[in-house]
Amino acid sequence: MLEELGTNDQGDMIINIGPQHPSTHGVLHLVITLNGETIKKVEPHLGYIHRSIEKMCESLSYRQFIYVTSRMDYLSSHINNHGCALCVEKGLQIEIPARAQVIRVLMDELTRLASHLLWWGALAMDLGAFTPFFYSFREREMINELMEDTCGARLTMNYIVPGGVMMDLHPDFQRKVKEFLRLFKSKIHEYDDLVTGNIIFQNRTKGVGYISREDAISYGCTGPTGRGSGLSCDIRKLYPYEIYDQLQFDEVIETGGDSWARYKVRVGEMVQSMRIIEQLIDNIPEGEFQAKTKAVLKLPKGDFYTRVETARGELGVYIVSEGGSTPYRIKFRSPGFSNLSALDHMSRGGKIGDLMATMGTLDLVIPDIDR
Amino acid sequence: MFLKEYFKTIYLTIRSLLKGMKTTGYYFTHQKEIITEQYPEVRPVLAERFKGEVIMPHNEANEHSCTGCQACEIACPNGTIKIVTKNEINAEGKKKKAIDTFVYHLELCTMCNLCVVACPSDAIVMANNYEHSVFDRREFTKVLNKPGSKIMEGIE
Repeated sequence: MLEELGTNDQGDMIINIGPQHPSTHGVLHLVITLNGETIKKVEPHLGYIHRSIEKMCESLSYRQFIYVTSRMDYLSSHINNHGCALCVEKGLQIEIPARAQVIRVLMDELTRLASHLLWWGALAMDLGAFTPFFYSFREREMINELMEDTCGARLTMNYIVPGGVMMDLHPDFQRKVKEFLRLFKSKIHEYDDLVTGNIIFQNRTKGVGYISREDAISYGCTGPTGRGSGLSCDIRKLYPYEIYDQLQFDEVIETGGDSWARYKVRVGEMVQSMRIIEQLIDNIPEGEFQAKTKAVLKLPKGDFYTRVETARGELGVYIVSEGGSTPYRIKFRSPGFSNLSALDHMSRGGKIGDLMATMGTLDLVIPDIDR
Repeated sequence: MFLKEYFKTIYLTIRSLLKGMKTTGYYFTHQKEIITEQYPEVRPVLAERFKGEVIMPHNEANEHSCTGCQACEIACPNGTIKIVTKNEINAEGKKKKAIDTFVYHLELCTMCNLCVVACPSDAIVMANNYEHSVFDRREFTKVLNKPGSKIMEGIE
């Protein structure tokens, strides 16, 4: 009853942010307990976009369930598909052709780049700068066009299938990726001019939303959130899958633990993704793009777990099989859920205006949290 | 000392703002680099592989290559495709399975391309059409085989 009046019994103000709020990037509902402007508690309420993807997957076959996972973390849909395909391949014990592996990694890194670009624009918009959004979308549009050429879709591609990839690369793919890299490199100084070098932006992110390395571990933070606190958690380095162990790239780690550190990690990752794409784009091996698989995939009895590094952190795919053509149980360990759980710890004691900066650098995708 | 810091911050802020405004001003004065399109007048050039809807190509003699094997119906994760088959008697007097209606529910389709991959005779393909809005949702339920069409010669 008291909550309805906007105060609790200690006289603190209770404010709802969301579920319809532009800064929550979706339908996230935060109940915030405030003492003046100081945050005492942040309580995320979940479930507004719960579609029971895990349960849906139980009634779909091993080929069919992958397309649903594009809808989970829709900004890194390729990487979600990749994680699921890897898990099914682990159960089937099939070899993936070298060409398919390279295409998968290329697509993953392009997706990561597109996801970070969108995050960059959205973060600046959260903090009051509107134009950066258009600049980042200009580059993201080029990646989307590349995806459209090869996969036929811009966001939910369903391109990575068990055994390889669904279609071969578009003949123009290599030329267009090189053109994109050239253009992106000539424009990247605009990003620094507009946002990174801006003193207002720096003051709003430095020292805001601090989380220590120990707390990041105990909350299960992964991805740029964990790496911003000095935690080495890049799955591509720690548990290399596909051809990541043969590639030259750095794991970007900052030790600040604040929003600024997370910002720098993501911007650094964009550069690293470009490095990976540059290494691979001229070295796509010839050959098959898909391994021969049976018409109906049946996993042997047992459980299989794989993990991949999405743009937000570690995605774990756990399949329990009873030997049939559909999984008995599927569990996704999504990065957004764990990163959101640390939001209360990060923003407690801070000001309400800083909550947006903290939330923006967590890079939350709500369907990834609710599933 | 405090005042010095204070004015230094103001100076740095204005300088960084002006640096950002330089980028904005560049695009304000360089109209050619603007990439937005005036949508209804300027039509986007779509990629060849763009997945807009499932269609069944027919040749000039009103023939398609669907055998009615229902592989696409099994491959579809959403129940988008429903195939009604019938038994046709061919010239040699033998019974042969053929499609009566190929029902396609556009409103359920997620354009995942699994049906096109599953089809053994390449009877269905993805088309580029992307403007699907209609006034009545019944129009989403489409019959893909044209009236009076029959299967091409030589496809089993």
